[in-house]
Amino acid sequence: MKKRFVSLLLIAALSLAGTSLFAADIELLNVSYDPTRELYEQFNQAFLKHYKAETGDNVKIKQSHGGSGKQALAVIEGLEADVVTLALAYDIENIAEKSKSIPQDWQKRLPDNSTPYTSTVVFLVRKGNPKKITKWEDLLKPGVSVIAAHPKTSGVARWSYLAGWGAILKQQLGDLKKLNDPKYANEVTAAQKKAREYTAELYRHVKVLDSGARGSTQTFVQRRIGDVLLNWENEAYLAVREYGADQFEIVVPPISILAEPPVAVIDKVVDKRGTRKAAEAYLKYLYSKEGQEIAAKNYYRPRDPEVLKKYSNNFAKVELFSIDDVFGGWQKAQKIHFSDGGVFDQINAR
Amino acid sequence: MKKRSIIPGFGLTFGVTVTYLSLIVLLPLSLLVWNTASLTFTDFLKAVTSTQVLASYRLTFGASFFAALINAVFGFIAAWTLVRYRFPGRRILDALIDMPFAMPTAVSGIALTTIYASTGWVGSWFDRFGIQSAYSPLGVLIALTFIGLPFVVRTLQPTLEELDKEVEEAAESLGASRFQTFWRVILPSVWPALITGFTLAFARALGEYGSVVFISGNIPFETEITSLMIVAKLEQYDYAGATAISVVMLSVSFVLMLIINLSQYYARRVGR
Repeated sequence: MKKRFVSLLLIAALSLAGTSLFAADIELLNVSYDPTRELYEQFNQAFLKHYKAETGDNVKIKQSHGGSGKQALAVIEGLEADVVTLALAYDIENIAEKSKSIPQDWQKRLPDNSTPYTSTVVFLVRKGNPKKITKWEDLLKPGVSVIAAHPKTSGVARWSYLAGWGAILKQQLGDLKKLNDPKYANEVTAAQKKAREYTAELYRHVKVLDSGARGSTQTFVQRRIGDVLLNWENEAYLAVREYGADQFEIVVPPISILAEPPVAVIDKVVDKRGTRKAAEAYLKYLYSKEGQEIAAKNYYRPRDPEVLKKYSNNFAKVELFSIDDVFGGWQKAQKIHFSDGGVFDQINAR
Repeated sequence: MKKRSIIPGFGLTFGVTVTYLSLIVLLPLSLLVWNTASLTFTDFLKAVTSTQVLASYRLTFGASFFAALINAVFGFIAAWTLVRYRFPGRRILDALIDMPFAMPTAVSGIALTTIYASTGWVGSWFDRFGIQSAYSPLGVLIALTFIGLPFVVRTLQPTLEELDKEVEEAAESLGASRFQTFWRVILPSVWPALITGFTLAFARALGEYGSVVFISGNIPFETEITSLMIVAKLEQYDYAGATAISVVMLSVSFVLMLIINLSQYYARRVGR
């Protein structure tokens, strides 16, 4: 009897020691969007080394990639993501609102709107730029066919749509600050009308609306359809690197949108699984020098000014406007432009 | 003594069947209806009858129907060849029929698009005649034909194997022409299987998403299939709207299946 008690005590002591003395094995699930495969493959390697050195714990990171909206839906429906790294704030806002697994002010919890890296929308054209496309207005030249993703099913497609719209506003108004100044109300209304006409015409030039970012790259690069592809800057660079600079060229328009793909820890999941510490460290590490360098190497614009300077060859100078300044945030933009019966549906209506 | 079947009796198997069906089929279906119930009737109507959605029904049902029809004709020929003739490579050909079953739909979609795009092997040939195959309704038809083929062939094969060659010979010796033998002897006996195969191919095509989104081009009012409309609604977190369209798709499919099955029953009675 006594012997048994001692052995029980021993087991209890050992298991207690286990948590403090021996390295813990932690598993994280990062639910991300389509084109970040390469980025997180490299970043995860770097993070596990860093975390092991820092805490002695072993982290294993599982990745899930797919269309941003679809991924958000999966999380809302109960996919146990420790962290989400999605294409647009709208999707994480919906996770906050629909599943209540993160607080409403999630975007204030990490620096820079919780976006450790940014990106923008650029043009990919055939070598030599035969159609002489340099700015947004050129996309409407006769005979130019455009490849883009479907704004209803793809994050980057929405960014592209808004980028073109904003570029025309800028061309019409000269200064985007006029948008929020009641003094210029009439001028703004006229500019909005022009932007709408532009967008309607633009989508008449679109021959294929793929369901996602990668799909539209494939259509343009492998099937050689279209004269210009609208896509993420990082996706365009990847296409050039994979398929050869002798076939494609990147054209950075003079103005485009500041795309902020945000990240968040899913509180409900990390508290349930006891992974909060690792999950928070994971996202914080994205802001570290090494994390920023990995982002820059994968053609995501780093927030760190020094790293940005070091990789300035990767990123062309371009004037960027934010969705908050020009469209009043994602909720509003989504409602006006992309919801059923919104502007995108109106310009396509028959 | 009561005769006992080798496998445990009706009570148990029936119970298992009902439970299994409930879990796998009925539960998700009732959830669908439940979700739609959150809509008012006018909202429901608005969701399922917007012009864009109507255009997608036309494309989906039309392309699925013609794809199944094409498969009924060519699937019949393929099944006949595989059953009746012995030739080298027959088994390989037979195994190939199942490929559309086994391939992930996205893979078939990407492969078909590459072949049928205006720069692809077959697409460039179509292009010479001014026909756009990928990124057009024709592309949708091609993808749906591809995925439906095994259904027709696999349902026809057993029936064709059972068909006695002597019956044909008897018909011939009684003075029937080749066409008459085919029309009055062969076709009536394979008719039910052919209709079943057609129905399966048709049903499979109605719900297809993975392969079609790659080849269709997804242009509003032209090449958007209904499954894409459902996905688009889900991306806006509009569950009710998405399920409303699904309910319409399901109801129409169910009615069509019912009609086809009844006609099969009728054909069988007339055949006798």
